[in-house]
Amino acid sequence: MLQYTIRRLLLMIPTLFFVAALTFGLAKAAPGSPFDRNPDRPPSAQTMERLNRYYGLDKPVHEQFFLWLGNMAKLDLGSSLVSNRPIADILGRGFPITAQLGLQALLLALAVSLPLGVISALRQNTLVDYGSLFFATIGTTIPSFVIALFFIYVFGVWLRWLPFVGWGSPQHMIMPTIILSLGSAAFLTRITRASMLEAIRQDYVRTARSKGLREQVVIVGHVLKNAMIPVATILGPAAAGLITGSFIIESLFSVPGIGREYIRGIVANDYPLIMATTLLYAFFIVVANLSVDLVYGMLDPRIKVGK
Amino acid sequence: MPLLEVNDLHTQFFTRDGVVRAVDGVSFHLDQGETLGLVGESGCGKSVTALSLMRLIPQPPGKIVKGSISFDGQDVLKMDDDDVRSIRGNNIAMIFQDPMTSLNPVLTISRQISEALELHMKLDKGEARKRTIELLELVGIPSAKKRVDDYPHQFSGGMRQRVMIAMALSCQPKLILADEPTTALDVTIQAQILELLKGLAKEFRTAFILITHDLGVVAGMTQRIHVMYAGRIVEKADTGELFANPKMPYTWGLLRSIPRLDESRKAKLVPIEGLPPDLIAPPPGCKFEPRCQYRRDICREKEPDLTPVPNAKPDHEARCWGTQNVPGGGWLMDTDWRREVGDTRVLEEIKQEAASETSTDAPGE
Amino acid sequence: MATTTATGRSAAERAAELNVIARKQRSLWRDALYRLLRNRAAILGLAVIVLAAIIAILAPFIAPYDPLKVDTKFNQLEPVWTGSKYTNPAYPLGTDQLGRDILSRLMWAARVSMVVGFIPTTMVFAIGIAVGLSAGYFGGWVDQGLMRLTDIVYAFPDFLFVLIIVASFRNSAFGNLLGGLVLIFAAVAIVGWIGIARLTRGQVLALKEREFVEAARAIGAGPTRIMTKHLLPNALAPLIVTAAFAVPGAIIGEATLSFLGVGIKPPTPSWGAMINEGFIGFSANPWAVLLPAICISIVMLAFTFVGDGLRDALDPRMKS
Repeated sequence: MLQYTIRRLLLMIPTLFFVAALTFGLAKAAPGSPFDRNPDRPPSAQTMERLNRYYGLDKPVHEQFFLWLGNMAKLDLGSSLVSNRPIADILGRGFPITAQLGLQALLLALAVSLPLGVISALRQNTLVDYGSLFFATIGTTIPSFVIALFFIYVFGVWLRWLPFVGWGSPQHMIMPTIILSLGSAAFLTRITRASMLEAIRQDYVRTARSKGLREQVVIVGHVLKNAMIPVATILGPAAAGLITGSFIIESLFSVPGIGREYIRGIVANDYPLIMATTLLYAFFIVVANLSVDLVYGMLDPRIKVGK
Repeated sequence: MPLLEVNDLHTQFFTRDGVVRAVDGVSFHLDQGETLGLVGESGCGKSVTALSLMRLIPQPPGKIVKGSISFDGQDVLKMDDDDVRSIRGNNIAMIFQDPMTSLNPVLTISRQISEALELHMKLDKGEARKRTIELLELVGIPSAKKRVDDYPHQFSGGMRQRVMIAMALSCQPKLILADEPTTALDVTIQAQILELLKGLAKEFRTAFILITHDLGVVAGMTQRIHVMYAGRIVEKADTGELFANPKMPYTWGLLRSIPRLDESRKAKLVPIEGLPPDLIAPPPGCKFEPRCQYRRDICREKEPDLTPVPNAKPDHEARCWGTQNVPGGGWLMDTDWRREVGDTRVLEEIKQEAASETSTDAPGE
Repeated sequence: MATTTATGRSAAERAAELNVIARKQRSLWRDALYRLLRNRAAILGLAVIVLAAIIAILAPFIAPYDPLKVDTKFNQLEPVWTGSKYTNPAYPLGTDQLGRDILSRLMWAARVSMVVGFIPTTMVFAIGIAVGLSAGYFGGWVDQGLMRLTDIVYAFPDFLFVLIIVASFRNSAFGNLLGGLVLIFAAVAIVGWIGIARLTRGQVLALKEREFVEAARAIGAGPTRIMTKHLLPNALAPLIVTAAFAVPGAIIGEATLSFLGVGIKPPTPSWGAMINEGFIGFSANPWAVLLPAICISIVMLAFTFVGDGLRDALDPRMKS
């Protein structure tokens, strides 16, 4: 297990390197200099040269890349071109908020989808089942920001129950958390239901019943443990989905997290910020996938993680 | 009093296409420690009969609609769910066909066997584990102590079936239902598993019902044999009597399709032409009539009852007009099936019917 | 590889078998069509998509106003059914903050959505199938490269890659083509083909050992013929289902990018951009935002119904 974990940790490196190279390459390939933002007042040639030297942009590209990569590794993320604030500062301030929003959404998604999926599989073709299928279809079909608009209209504009701008009080958190969790919750409900239906008709369930076990014991002790394996493998993509979802939801609800800063950076061509944040996201996604794989190895004894 | 008495059992499945009469009026009995073979092609109702005995028919779509199952003096069909569960695994245990899929892949062997011990024998965790190891040793798992915490995928197919047998024996049941226990295994392993089952059942004085499509398998295994076809029992006899003096043409068909080492090469394997009938709309007369090369008009008109065969051992019964002393019947009384190839014209007819049936079926659906 | 004797003996038999497979396949497609036509939700979805496509094509002729025409006298009008005093029968669905007619903009925006849905998906499939077929059939470095690439790309959400590409090029001349539409095509295509290539490769690997492929090889068919006439038709069903979900995926991608302000450039109307522009005045005139949101929702549900219908029709076993 330890050996496997170490090997997986080492395998993260090429993946992260690829994303770093891609981000850097695209930023370099993009035409124009990051400093001639305002076409009406282009900076003088002298200023450009000074800026380029200051940011190390006069060196060959591969040198720039490794310089930047080295800085990233040292957590020296540079400063924003727009606000001049250190990027570490911007991300440090936004991180707790984004993390809180993301974790709340993940927990909510699990708390809703697992019971819903299990119950709808056990009560197949009942009202509960149709209801959860409807929820799963809507949630996986309509993009979250569109659903968010209807929520904002009903609860924010019309009923005036919930604020929809900013972050801080628990009321502020309700809508962003629900909306962010929606897509993952719907997807996980669908997977849980399908996986339960698959597990429940397996031969070993009949064997369990033939031992005289109570139905609850059969479901909890035999069916659930098998049904959760496919669900666990989906948690990695679900976590990645929450991260991309957070750009959108934070921008929509003006939540001062990393996601909103990221989108702001993209709109304003703030390359250092975009690059550092992309790398940060890549890191989180890789870690999320790794933890899911480790959990998967623990759930399913057929996967030999030791070797 | 017999251990098990099944009377006029009817189990049906209610599907979109109609009611499937999977078991249609089956009656038999079994004494303490007695062994019985249920034999027939797949889809003839053997497994459904076994599952009905434990009330494990999935409902819906299945339902036991009629009949009685008396086990140890109690009617299983009249019990409430708690009582049925107290019998399952405890008094009646089942061994399923495919040991690959019948064991839970994510639970250890120890867990899967101890479960029943803790439930029915009221053992605590430590005692159950100790007993599990003993059981694994009993069924011949080498270094059972080490392997008890392994998962099913770490065992070979034959070893897994040994585990299933240990599981079935765990609470010392009075009856074991073994549903094609060796079909999924290598031929070389089959004999070992059957010997194990037979030996242990004898040791524990456990009655068992061995379900198989292969008459060759039950030959040395059980005291009596019931042949099933289309949800009915069509012939009942002692094992020796059935092999020596089979009466029902379907049984002959089954016997002809067993490969034998002791017979001359001339004795060809003869398959039974055609397919078992549709159990939603079975033929009105004898259910085997469409495939029977000895059929006569009476077979198509009326279904025969299961009646004692004249000039045979007293408990030999067959469901065939050819062996019954009724007007228009009895033409098979003295037929020696070994010499008889049957009326070749009828055989040709059946072949053609079967061929035209399959060719008209295929393109439509 | 079949030996020569085996080949010689069985060529005729195998050709006959091939014939049987071809015939069976045609009836398979007919069966699938029949199943699809019986699926009411799928037919409804198809009708909605056709309607949206017609509106998109005819937008220049049926839209009551120029979607870019600014009329500050009549800005922020609400739809007529709200009955408020800020309505005007000349603008049945109201106007946005610049006084542009919302109905006309919705119609023109349908063009963006349809084009973004279908054009990059076509490119994605052309590239993905070509790469997937050759990777699966020939193996070698194409296959190795593809597998390494997918290992990495699969770890991340597609939208993240699309966003990075769009972010890098949106200020270039390329990024300004057709109001940013071409850049979105390119980004969706660059990211999307990888998944299709992997799917095609998997199908080809499963199919290429089957007898009918060997038979085709035995009667002297070349790799191109085998790939296009034998492998592709048999691998098509899952690809069609994937395509049915890729189209709405691309539409969502564009809507999300435009909603975030990095997609279609103003003033070109797109549903996502309309939401972005109208969101500032949400409290004053929510309909400027809700109407494009409703359009997106309806079109997305329509595509899902068709996609689910196709999946059930082409592979009944996949039905959950």
